Order: sequence, then structure tokens, then C-alpha cells
Amino acid sequence: MTDTVRTSAPSAAAAKHLKRRRARDGRFRYYGLTAIFVALGALAVLVLTIGSQAFSAATYHVVKYDVTLDPAVIAPEGANRPADISRNVEGFYGLVRDNLLTTFPEAEADRLSRRELSDFVTRLAVLPTARMVANNPELVGNAITLTAPLNDDLDLYLKGNGVRERKIKTGTVSSVQGEEDGTFRLSGTEAFEAVVAGLAVAGVDRAEDAGQPDVLLTAGVSTGRLTEIGAGSARMELLTGRAQDFAQARPTARIIVSAESERTISDRQIAWVLALKEMGRVDRVPRWTLLTNSDSTYPELAGGLAAIVGSLLTMLITALVAMPIGILAAVYLEEFAPRNRLTEFIEVNINNLAAVPSIVFGLLGAALYINFLGMPRSAPLVGGLVLALMTFPVVIIASRAALKAVPPSVRSGALAVGASQMQTVFHHVVPLAAPGILTGAILGMARALGETAPLLLIGMVAFVGDVPRSPTDESTVMPVLIFSWSNNAERAWEPLTSAMIIILLAFLLVMNGLVVFLRRKYERRW
Amino acid sequence: MDTTQGTPAMMDDTLTLPRTADGAPRIDCRNIKVFYGEAQAIHDVSMSFPDRAVTALIGPSGCGKSTFLRCLNRMNDTIENCRVEGEILMDGENINDEDVDPVLLRSRVGMVFQKPNPFPKSIYDNIAYGPRIHGLANGREDLDAIVEKSLRRAGLWEEVKDRLTAPGTSLSGGQQQRLCIARAIAVQPEVILMDEPCSALDPIATARIEELIDDLRSRYCIVIVTHSMQQAARVSQRTAFFHLGNLIELGDTNQIFTNPREKRTEDYITGRFG
Repeated sequence: MTDTVRTSAPSAAAAKHLKRRRARDGRFRYYGLTAIFVALGALAVLVLTIGSQAFSAATYHVVKYDVTLDPAVIAPEGANRPADISRNVEGFYGLVRDNLLTTFPEAEADRLSRRELSDFVTRLAVLPTARMVANNPELVGNAITLTAPLNDDLDLYLKGNGVRERKIKTGTVSSVQGEEDGTFRLSGTEAFEAVVAGLAVAGVDRAEDAGQPDVLLTAGVSTGRLTEIGAGSARMELLTGRAQDFAQARPTARIIVSAESERTISDRQIAWVLALKEMGRVDRVPRWTLLTNSDSTYPELAGGLAAIVGSLLTMLITALVAMPIGILAAVYLEEFAPRNRLTEFIEVNINNLAAVPSIVFGLLGAALYINFLGMPRSAPLVGGLVLALMTFPVVIIASRAALKAVPPSVRSGALAVGASQMQTVFHHVVPLAAPGILTGAILGMARALGETAPLLLIGMVAFVGDVPRSPTDESTVMPVLIFSWSNNAERAWEPLTSAMIIILLAFLLVMNGLVVFLRRKYERRW
Repeated sequence: MDTTQGTPAMMDDTLTLPRTADGAPRIDCRNIKVFYGEAQAIHDVSMSFPDRAVTALIGPSGCGKSTFLRCLNRMNDTIENCRVEGEILMDGENINDEDVDPVLLRSRVGMVFQKPNPFPKSIYDNIAYGPRIHGLANGREDLDAIVEKSLRRAGLWEEVKDRLTAPGTSLSGGQQQRLCIARAIAVQPEVILMDEPCSALDPIATARIEELIDDLRSRYCIVIVTHSMQQAARVSQRTAFFHLGNLIELGDTNQIFTNPREKRTEDYITGRFG
């Protein structure tokens, strides 16, 4: 430090003032940082919760069935009638059900267990196979491996989300003896000690009247339910497989905390699905059907294709209507319109229009397009027009801001070489403002893509199982599909809803990425 | 393509239109009044601008010299609330007439602005834009010739001939201003208006522009607004002194700077106000 540089305040009062000023600076920065972290944190929590939910819906379990395509069942009218084959869901489903009954003959015993077994696969799950066979009639009569998604509750169980259970490895079972009532006595030195201890722990967080927790014992493809458990011996009711499998084995015990009546899946179903898994017939595969299937009442078959196509058609209509109207209005207002009371009034009302709650546009759309003009309900055409009403004020405002940002020197330069006003605007001003105009337009579209409320009012909330082929077909859109799915009661819809949200977010991300790309690519400095 | 073979027409001197005799008035302004809303910015100014000569408009800030300059190519039309009264005669025609197309007028009266404002396009397109919209070129070769000629005349050709596709905005400030002059020349104007063309430039770039103005004098009627009295003295043959919207004095530059008739002119050029 030299003497010429003043490093301390000239007086005590000034020093105090300086200190306070620095403290204020510091505090302000701190507040700013806090605000950023709060915002980022909220975003991270949102993405993580939805993402972790969605992750489990990214894969699902399918079961393989080796079936012979018996012509009498599959194609009673002959193999050369593909339309009949592809519609013969009942025949294919029968093959699958027979296959299951052959694998688990014990299910023949009563109607309840037959129903429980047929719950494994929904009828419509065989439809893709039926269509495939219809397209390849030479397969009729041959043996094929048919793959169908597992029932959603069992899928959740295999993912570890469905039923609370504790797995315990038991000791070696030395002997298995059949009893008179059809149950089996398993014994082995301290074989079930760990299970008894586990039961004591599990009993703690059980309600008083819930009774004993279920204990399932699995060895290979065989599973039984333990009814009496001691440290050295237990009585077992065989659910599937053979009792001999337990002899000289170390079976796995599953303590299932909730009683059978409180669950959506029975002990028998658990036993069967474990057996199928043991046989290597269950695969966990990526759930592409989320993108290739349309909506279904069965979560394992449901997908978003119809809604994605519906959204794209709706956006197409919105873009075709809102962008030309918005951009032309903005160019006219900004570059050509005289400044007077009327244009000011129009300007104020465009701003007002941008602030109108979106549901109001839905009411307007229902009244104007559907009731008055008689357009079809639930159609992307109407949805797109309603969203266009909502979007074009945003496009106007963004475009005007972009046009205003073009320096006047560019305009005077063009006018001075003798360009007409229109040439000036369209050769110079609009190209320079184009990145900003496109940004505004795409952001407006992104907002419209995520819009739900106005579309509910024009009937786009209907269940749509078919992919719309034109803007006048019945359709739904992604956010509305998310809304409908989130209203469903079954637990399997929860991860599906999250997965659909992630898909919607991906679309929005692509649109915003496009904005950044266009800005970077076409931004010109002057 | 042009059907006439051989040398493109633009290579000879046809950029220069038939001229009036040296020193004859190119533009004749009579009783010009300009209003911004209610406020009057120019009070009844009458003056003429000789052909093939540089006329400098000087005066303190806000005296109306830029406003007056902008009357000459009707750039004031683009300003809302701005109203111009009086007659401005070019070739005996009043350019303020209703039936005069300002777009055509501006192709005859080019303008260069205070801040260099090349279009954010390539150097080539900057020059070619005017000829293109006016249909002055028949085909690519013709256009190339116009671009080269305009750049040469603006003394920029040697510096940019190898990078005509580079953006005009990548040039230095002085080069940008010469590019703007070349752009104005390219549409074959008769008059070039310059609104403080050197105020944003360094002394070396200023000197180059002044040389260029001196060169261009032999072909065009040039009107320049400047804040620098030295510049006015260096480049102009006639000088008009404006104050508070009035034309105070108009005369040969030599006379104005050495022997002003008006007290206010003398006060201004000797630095007593302004």
C-alpha cells in the first residue's frame, strides 16, 4: 500500500456508513442466491418425485405362453380370413387360459381359483398377437410363443410396490410329511426360527384385529402357506407345485403384513406368479406400449399414442391459426398502424385478452364453435381453435416486443435507399425480429400444449381408444389424458400418470430447446 | 440476362445522370416550415443547393439543421406528428406534392446517417439491396458491376473485395460509414444528404470520409450537416448557419468563416455559443 491510495474511510461516521453499505450489498446478493436456490430446489424436487414415480412405469412384466395355434380355435372359418382372425380375441385368450390351467392344474378345483388364474392376463392383451397371426396366416397350426403383459397388480407386486412383504431364508427342511387334512408337516432343526422372529417384528405394526400375517414358503416353482409355525416344524397348505420340492431344501419364507382380504392379489396368485418367474416365463421389458398403445381401461395395456397424436393435431391447428393472425397483427400494429385512441384501445385489449383465464376460452369455444357453428365435439379442430384464441395474444405481445427491439437505424437505412415501407418491414425488420417472433410463438404454443381446462369444456376429456386420423376425429390430448389417468382409482395408474407427465415434459423441453436453437442460429447483432 | 453482349452497361460512366450546369441549383427550397405537433422547428427557410458542390449546414444542437436536411428526401414523413409546409423544387417539381412518391424520391436523394447503419447482411447485399428493389440491374453480372463501381467510388473496394460475403457489420466504424455511402451511391442518386456522417468516427476515419466527400463532389449535389466547423470549412463550398429554426446566414464557405455578415454567425464560429 502506498500513501496515495486511500484505504480507510476519512472519518468514523463515514466508516460506519461504508460498513452499512457493504452489508446491504452482501445481504442483497445473499437474498438473490437464496431465491435462485429455492426456485431450483423446487424444480429438482418436482422432477425427482415425478421421475422416480415414472421410472417404475418405464418397464413392465410380460409373460410368455407357449401355445399351439389350433386352427379350430383360432380360425374356425379358415386361415384365409385375416379379419376374422384378428377379431378372434376370445380364441387366443382361450389358448392363453388353457396354457395357464395346464401349468397350474390346481386352479381347476374351483371357480374362484379359475377366476384368479384368468386374472393374470386381460382379454385384450392378446390382440397384438391376433393381428400378427392374421397378417401371417402360415402360423396357424404351428406352435408359437405368445407374449402378453402381466396384470397390473401382479406387475406392481413383482416390482416390489404392491404388497409389503419380508423375505426370510429358512434353514434346511429335513422332512416333509403329508397329513390327513391334505396339509404337510415340514420339519428341520431350527429351520423356522428366523421366521418366528420375523413374525414377532412384523406383528408390531399390525392392527389388533388383522389376525396373523400370511407366511408363504417358496421352494423352486412350489409355494405353500404356513398355518402353524414353530421353530423346528411348521404346517403348510400347498398352493402350487409339489410338496417334495421342500424336502432337503432351504425354502424362502415371505411374511406378508397385510391380510389376503385387504389385498388386490391373493396368496394363490402370488404363488403362481412366483412359479412363472421361477420357470423363466416372466420378463421385465421396456414399456414401449406407453408410446404405441392408446388409452385403455387396463393399466397394463394403456398408452398415450392417441393423446400424443391428438396433441400434435391440436397444435397444428393452433399454429396454423394463431401464428399468422398473431404475427400479422403484431407487424401491422407495430409498423403500419397510426398511433391513436383506437390502436391504443386495441393494444390494451390484447393485453387483457392474454390475461383472461384459459377456462373462459373453453366456455367461449363450447358456445361459439360447437353450439353456434356446429363443429364436432372432442375434436382437435375445435381444441386447436380454442387454444389459438388463447395463444394469439401471447404471440402478438411477444412479436411486438421483438419488432420494437429492431433498431430504428435499420428502418431509416432501408427507407433512405428508396425501399417502400412494406419492403423495409419485410426485407429488414421482420427477418431481424424473426428469432424473437418465433420464440414468442413457440413459447405460446408450449403453453397451449400444456393446457387442460379449456379442453375439458369442449369435450376432449372423453375416453379415446383410437388414434385420431384427422382434426375432426374424436380425440384427447396429453394433459387431459394425465388428468383422466390421475382420477383412476387403481394404484397402477399412479406411475403411469407420472410417466405420461414425463413424456409431456419431454415435448415441452423439445419445444423450448427449439427456441434456444433458433435464437442461437438466427440471432443477428447490429 | 441482358441481351446486349460485351461490356456491361454499368462499367462506363452511366451511373452519372445528365446534370445541370455547374453551380446551378439542384434543389430549390421555398418558405419551408416544419412543425412537430404544435411546435415549429423550422421557420420559413428558403435556400437552394447547387449541383456538384458541397453545402454544409451548421448550427448549435437543436437548431433544426437535421430536420431541414430530412425534408429534402421526405424522411420526415416517417415521423409521426411531423408536418412540412413550403415548396422544395427538384427539376421544377415540388417534391412535397401529394402525387410524388417518396420512395422514388429517396432513390434520387440518397442519405447517410450519423451512426453507420449497414444492414445486418453481407457487404455485397448491403450494396445490392437498393439496385435490386429498384430493378437497376439486369442479371448477376450487372449487379456485380454496380457493387464494384459503388464500392470503388466510396473508396472501399480495395479493402473489402476479398470478403464481399462477410457481414457489413464486421467492418470498422469508418469502413461501415463508407459502406453506407456506397449503398447510397448504388441507387444512382442525384443528391446525397449526410447527417453528421463523421460524428461517430475517429479522426483518421473522418479524414478518409472527408476525402471521399471531396471526390464525390464532382458528380453529386451533396448536403452535409456537421457539428464540426473545421469540417464544414474543409469540405464545403457553401455554408448555411441555422439558429433556433431560422436560417441566419447563407454564403460561400470562405466568406462565412472569414467574414460573416451576421453577429450570431460570428459568435457561433468563434465558439462563443453552441
